Amino acid sequence: MSTATLHRTALFDRHVAAGAKMVDFGGFEMPLKYSGETLEHMAVRNAVGVFDVSHMGEVFIEGKEALQALQRLVTNDAARIKDGQAMYAGLLHQGGGFVDDVIVYRFSPTRFLVCVNASNQGKDFLWMRAVVAGAGLDCVVRNESERWSQLAIQGPKAADVVATLCGERIREIEGYHFQTMPVLDDEDAIVARTGYTGEDGFELYVKNSVATALWDAVLRTGALPCGLACRDTLRLEAGMCLYGNDIDEEHTPLQANLGWIVKLEDRPPFVGHAALVAEKAAGVPRLLRGLEMIDRGIARHGYEIQDAGGAVIGVVTSGTQSPHINKAIAMGYVAREHAALGTEVHVVIRGKPFRARVVKLPFYKRPAIV
Amino acid sequence: MSNVPAELKYTAEHEWVRVEGDLVVVGITDHAQDALGDVVFVELPEVGRALHKGKAFGVVESVKAVSDLYAPIDGDVVEVNAAVVAAPEQLNKQPYGAAWMLKVRPKNAADVAGLLDAAGYSTLLASIAK
Repeated sequence: MSTATLHRTALFDRHVAAGAKMVDFGGFEMPLKYSGETLEHMAVRNAVGVFDVSHMGEVFIEGKEALQALQRLVTNDAARIKDGQAMYAGLLHQGGGFVDDVIVYRFSPTRFLVCVNASNQGKDFLWMRAVVAGAGLDCVVRNESERWSQLAIQGPKAADVVATLCGERIREIEGYHFQTMPVLDDEDAIVARTGYTGEDGFELYVKNSVATALWDAVLRTGALPCGLACRDTLRLEAGMCLYGNDIDEEHTPLQANLGWIVKLEDRPPFVGHAALVAEKAAGVPRLLRGLEMIDRGIARHGYEIQDAGGAVIGVVTSGTQSPHINKAIAMGYVAREHAALGTEVHVVIRGKPFRARVVKLPFYKRPAIV
Repeated sequence: MSNVPAELKYTAEHEWVRVEGDLVVVGITDHAQDALGDVVFVELPEVGRALHKGKAFGVVESVKAVSDLYAPIDGDVVEVNAAVVAAPEQLNKQPYGAAWMLKVRPKNAADVAGLLDAAGYSTLLASIAK
């Protein structure tokens, strides 16, 4: 694919000027790293980093039956969150597999923002529109991805950075909550206490016209520019799924250790509801687990997981050398009978079995603030 | 701009070779470590292993990817740098110095002579630069 066909965010020139290594991600030309993946990873764990995540998509669902639409579309129940609250949810197809994993922001019962993965933007928008139309719900589904840029400011010092830019009141925004407020020249920016790193942090949704001014202002506070490479190692340490690696159309939330974002009872059914009820009744056949390497080697996406006898019992979906924990860690699906925590398994690396242990996710939990 | 020491020989797979008496020292170039990103793992052969020119003899892993290492010449491994196996991140810092990988006894002197010189490798780098 020639670079001419890749999308660019409003911050592209900033990344190039900063010497970032640019790569194709989800059809966007994005910064993989600036000063170094490990440096950037540790900056987020110890101080504060800033990510351009403008490639993510923003779909608004507005109208009289917007709440019903969200209840139809996603696994988590939009009726159980308040105005100004957000929730992580699965957007499923009829078979119970993931169309995408999304964050839903509830402004009011008649206005929601669904943040979708860059690579699934087109697919998700068409899917959501089709489901809403098929159910005859009175609301509009609008893809506003082209209007919005997004910066993720993540780390123990993230609140200090955002307070400098937006005022001390942002400190009162609780985890998975958000507010609409002016950010620079954008009167209706969204400041959300959400993130994909396992640290405290904020995601700022702003119109494209203020993106570069906001990026410059964030860097002036001392936040380190961070790219997609460390974004991946951070989320993996935090046990968070990546669509395309750990979840996809073939895997259900019950398999993916995401039962907590599925509300089956006391609500109208969502697409895929019946499939999950059936899977629960029959017994979930495979489970996404953490893996910690015992022998010296790195488990990676697609590597086979075997039992001690050499029988295939699963597959690795994500893996790396963890910069913070300093171990080789991975996530993978393991057949239920072999998925008990503490089970010793083999990961096949370049044709040879390497021992690993099934462990609880996440690998990393940020220290509680006293 | 990548560092290409004038006294070394090179391969198109971004390894360098330094002659040390009747042995050669083998490692990966500054361009290679930069392209890899932060190195987190190195797998090298044992002493005594026979290397075959152009065939993979080991692996270097960065955070995101696995890359094969290719033998620059036919020969036998006489020494493996344990320090770089224990601290693979040194490859990013000292690719030509402390993070050398193997010492090899070449089978054919002609193999070494046939490698790229610094000018040839620099030309190669210029041609693959975007």
